[in-house]
Amino acid sequence: MINGRTRWWRLLLPVLSLAVLVGLWAVVAHLAASRTLPGPGAVLAVLVREASSGALFHHLGITLARMAAAFVIAMSIGSALGILLGRSASADRLFGPWLTVFLNIPALVIIVLAYVWFGLTEAAAIGAVAVNKIPNVVVVLREGARAIDEQYVEMARCFRMARSDVLRHVLLPQLTPYFAAAARSGLALIWKIVLVVELLGRSDGVGFQIHLYFQMFDVAGILAYTVAFVAVVQLLELCVLQPVEGRLTRWRPVRAEA
Amino acid sequence: MALVGPSGCGKTTTLNIAAGLDRAFDGTVTYAEPNPVIGYVFQNPRLLPWRTVRQNVTLVLPKARRNGGGGLVDEWLSAMGLSDVADQFPTRLSVGMARRVALARAFVVQPDLLLMDEPFVSLDEPTAQRLRALLAAMLERRPATVLFVTHNLREAIQLADRILVMAPGPTRVVAEVPVPVARGMRDDAMVEAFRAELLARPDPVFRVLA
Repeated sequence: MINGRTRWWRLLLPVLSLAVLVGLWAVVAHLAASRTLPGPGAVLAVLVREASSGALFHHLGITLARMAAAFVIAMSIGSALGILLGRSASADRLFGPWLTVFLNIPALVIIVLAYVWFGLTEAAAIGAVAVNKIPNVVVVLREGARAIDEQYVEMARCFRMARSDVLRHVLLPQLTPYFAAAARSGLALIWKIVLVVELLGRSDGVGFQIHLYFQMFDVAGILAYTVAFVAVVQLLELCVLQPVEGRLTRWRPVRAEA
Repeated sequence: MALVGPSGCGKTTTLNIAAGLDRAFDGTVTYAEPNPVIGYVFQNPRLLPWRTVRQNVTLVLPKARRNGGGGLVDEWLSAMGLSDVADQFPTRLSVGMARRVALARAFVVQPDLLLMDEPFVSLDEPTAQRLRALLAAMLERRPATVLFVTHNLREAIQLADRILVMAPGPTRVVAEVPVPVARGMRDDAMVEAFRAELLARPDPVFRVLA
């Protein structure tokens, strides 16, 4: 039975769960009593220090900007290619093998090659992240394009609907779940690769900071930036991705709760 | 014209060829006017589930006619009794209502050729009767060439000017039967009598109607 109490419990449970995790961390850190595992208090102190100096927001902002740029590039190019391969059997036969090759090149190799070929530039950094993500997006959108229900396309053809209308009103809405899946897994992939790109060839950003703290053996600093970054990505998921996905799928019939 | 015949004899394929959806055939399709406007009422309504009822009916109009045609769309929705659900998504509609939206969508383009593939199948009889009456009224308002596939001989007799009997292997029209009484004068008694007469005809092609 759904009642007010159940709703509160649903909101409280994740918070309680995370509190347990933090509590566990505090206990283990206390028991370990080692420089390499600072407790939540020490990490919080670093967070406050970096936030008040503005450094935290500067580096977070730079990293998020790189993520956003790579995300937009990868989703646009990847979606276009994925839809093409899904709708055209000949294109798929021709370029399918290339996709397999690019899917299997390690991220590190792409990053290193980008820096070697294009220099230690912002463009190379963002490009490397995008190139890492594009094959994943292509695979997901290709599946989506293959799964398109032809009966609606036939209906549109019958009524002589314009190509742009077919794309906008018949094809793209069916691809929404696939866009969402590609966006979600892409976000998770991108933010990890962005940190490596920054560590290897940039002089700012969360990855650069983590590398700096690594060289100083300052684990509290590493953890502080990690916590801040994970929190921001979670916020993005909650405040941007989920509402957008909800709006795009509001036509779906709602299943009754058991 | 009603197309009647046994399952699998090629009635839907005939409609699809006429609509230009099926191009895997030898031969030609000739229209009285080049590039006729086609309205197709599919057996499964094929409404876009992610667009509202109003949007489904509006989107089949050419872009140039959509804004001015807002009145036209509302007019057809009102004629079908759908004004109250115009802003709903099709997943919330009953089968009967979805079929009415499909009818409105086919009529709003003012078709030269209206193709209908068993549009009233699996509906309860009162709803089907209402929709048949609606269709007849629509055609009085705006005549069009109609190709109507049905398994229901009574429905064919009620609505058609001519009944084309089809047979399989190879798909072909084996008989063409004009319905002798004007549509407005076809009551239940007339329909039953004509049906019995068709089924009693000695020509073996009429066996498929039973």
